[in-house]
Amino acid sequence: MTIASSSPPSRLPTGGAAEASSTTGTRQGVSGEDRGDGRLAALFIAPALLGFLVFLLWPTLRGIYLSFTRFNLLTPAEWVGLDNYVRMVNDPIFWDSLWVTVEYVVINIGVQTVAALTIAVLLQRLTQSAMLRGIVLTPYLMSNVVAGLVWLWLLDTQLGIGNEIISGLGVDRIPFLADETWAIPTIALINVWRHVGYTALLLFAGLQAIPNDMYEAARVDGASEWRMFWRITMPLLRPVLAVVLIMTVIGSFQVFDTVAVTTAGGPANATNVLQYYIYGSAFGRFQFGYASAMSVALLIVLSAITVLQYRLTRAGRTDLG
Amino acid sequence: MAAVTTTTPTTLRQRRFPFGRAAAWTVMGLIVLITLLPFYWILRTALSTNAGLSADPTNPLPVDLTTSGFERALGLQSAEEAVAQGGAGGGLDFWRYLLNSVLVSTLITGCQIFFSAMAAYAFSRLRWRGRDKVFGLFLAGMMVPAIFTLLPNFVLIKQLHLIDTLLGIALPTMFMTPFAVFFLRQFFMNIPKEVEEAALLDGAGKIKIFFRVVLPMASTPIITLAVLTYITSWNDYFWPLMVSYSDSSRVLTVALAVFRAQTPQTGVDWSGLMAATLIAALPMLVLFACFARRIVSSIGFTGIK
Repeated sequence: MTIASSSPPSRLPTGGAAEASSTTGTRQGVSGEDRGDGRLAALFIAPALLGFLVFLLWPTLRGIYLSFTRFNLLTPAEWVGLDNYVRMVNDPIFWDSLWVTVEYVVINIGVQTVAALTIAVLLQRLTQSAMLRGIVLTPYLMSNVVAGLVWLWLLDTQLGIGNEIISGLGVDRIPFLADETWAIPTIALINVWRHVGYTALLLFAGLQAIPNDMYEAARVDGASEWRMFWRITMPLLRPVLAVVLIMTVIGSFQVFDTVAVTTAGGPANATNVLQYYIYGSAFGRFQFGYASAMSVALLIVLSAITVLQYRLTRAGRTDLG
Repeated sequence: MAAVTTTTPTTLRQRRFPFGRAAAWTVMGLIVLITLLPFYWILRTALSTNAGLSADPTNPLPVDLTTSGFERALGLQSAEEAVAQGGAGGGLDFWRYLLNSVLVSTLITGCQIFFSAMAAYAFSRLRWRGRDKVFGLFLAGMMVPAIFTLLPNFVLIKQLHLIDTLLGIALPTMFMTPFAVFFLRQFFMNIPKEVEEAALLDGAGKIKIFFRVVLPMASTPIITLAVLTYITSWNDYFWPLMVSYSDSSRVLTVALAVFRAQTPQTGVDWSGLMAATLIAALPMLVLFACFARRIVSSIGFTGIK
């Protein structure tokens, strides 16, 4: 999921270039004697196109349509205009859950980016060990559910090893996932644990593009690693970092699994992230129309971030030269 | 890069060098520790008894070494036995969920990669009217977050009467993902024209070229993509949670959440839960162990270039 949702934006520029070259290919085909492979192409494209239309395009349009209806699955959807949106704007729980989600994203992305950058630079400058890269990626192989359950156990207030260590140090036990202030930061950090290695490897791939002689020249001139990081690594990694940042933010906004298995939105709605609220509205209260309206709101937020991403990558590319 | 030429006194450099490296290795060691220790703790907990866990929570080794946690997770214990050992006695059968997960992930991966490869071939190697427009449409599809299509897709799967079936779980991602098409198209475009032309001269048709030339030549990226798709579908929780209601279509991620929700009155059955977690995670660890080198370097491929 992450690789699927993460890499596309970064590939878009390449795709554009590729498309340009393919158009010239078509032009050559027209001038040459090639008649094209229309029928064969139709055969090859058919299954994917069917999947695209039925499970991607149609549900997207339907999701927008449903947001203007009242729909409980049992009776046909009934058009209610902007009612769902009016309700959403006046729903304090919606705003609360949006706020909780933003809080989660800020902590999750903030910590993850710094940690991933540290790991990536260590993997580049300290050692090129492929084994270490493999180790760092291991948590990414676990599902969010597994990661959530494992940390639920590690951080258990009574028996978890985390709290045993804390109380061993003479500090009061912390009910990490059962406390209103601790729950969101804890969930954010659990997901850092799972995703940081993957993010680090993406950044590492970006670092590989920086020519090594730049560092060698700097070292000859007596620059410290710290200075090289700020003067070479950061400026040259900036475009890559921008893309990775935006796509991890988009992924982060969709947090659901970890919340569902650790806190179930509690305590007292403290971890009622937007996606969890949407799920509850649809499957707990059968308000599919209202749930769709909130999904559209999330879609708009994410689209805004995507637009921002394009701005940043364009700016980034001119920066690279 | 003018700033790089700024010089630092040599003495300072010599003094800092080993110190900085030691500090860096310490940080790296800590990262490895935080990454791997939870895995050991899963194993240690799964091999302990629940009574032992509460009596001796800090013991670094399994307390009262036992496999009863695994027996509970795999449904090998009677309900009374399970309850006596701190389980819920809910009769979960992880063999079955394991099978369901394997079926769903295999179905999704096999079909998705094959159909996506076909489409990628049409987009990269065949000439037809409207190709760039249709490809642009696929491209736009990547802009829609997967999560947005889940609710409407649920309504659709319900209308198709496929709720609580493995096919219902697999269907939405079985035909393609825009990313898979995109990813494979990149590789297909890099196959030299001459190879294809040589095959055409030998009298091979375009279909034959797809199977005999293009697919084998792109086998490395295809395998990489397949492994990553398998892991992704194996780990998916949200969509199967919506579609699956009973044992017949329950996959491991959903089963784990159910196991967790069945907390007995005596407290969570940590030993059984961690054993179940291990059962769910182990296949992916093994898969990764087989393909680690390829996956690790592929992230360089698929990532930013």
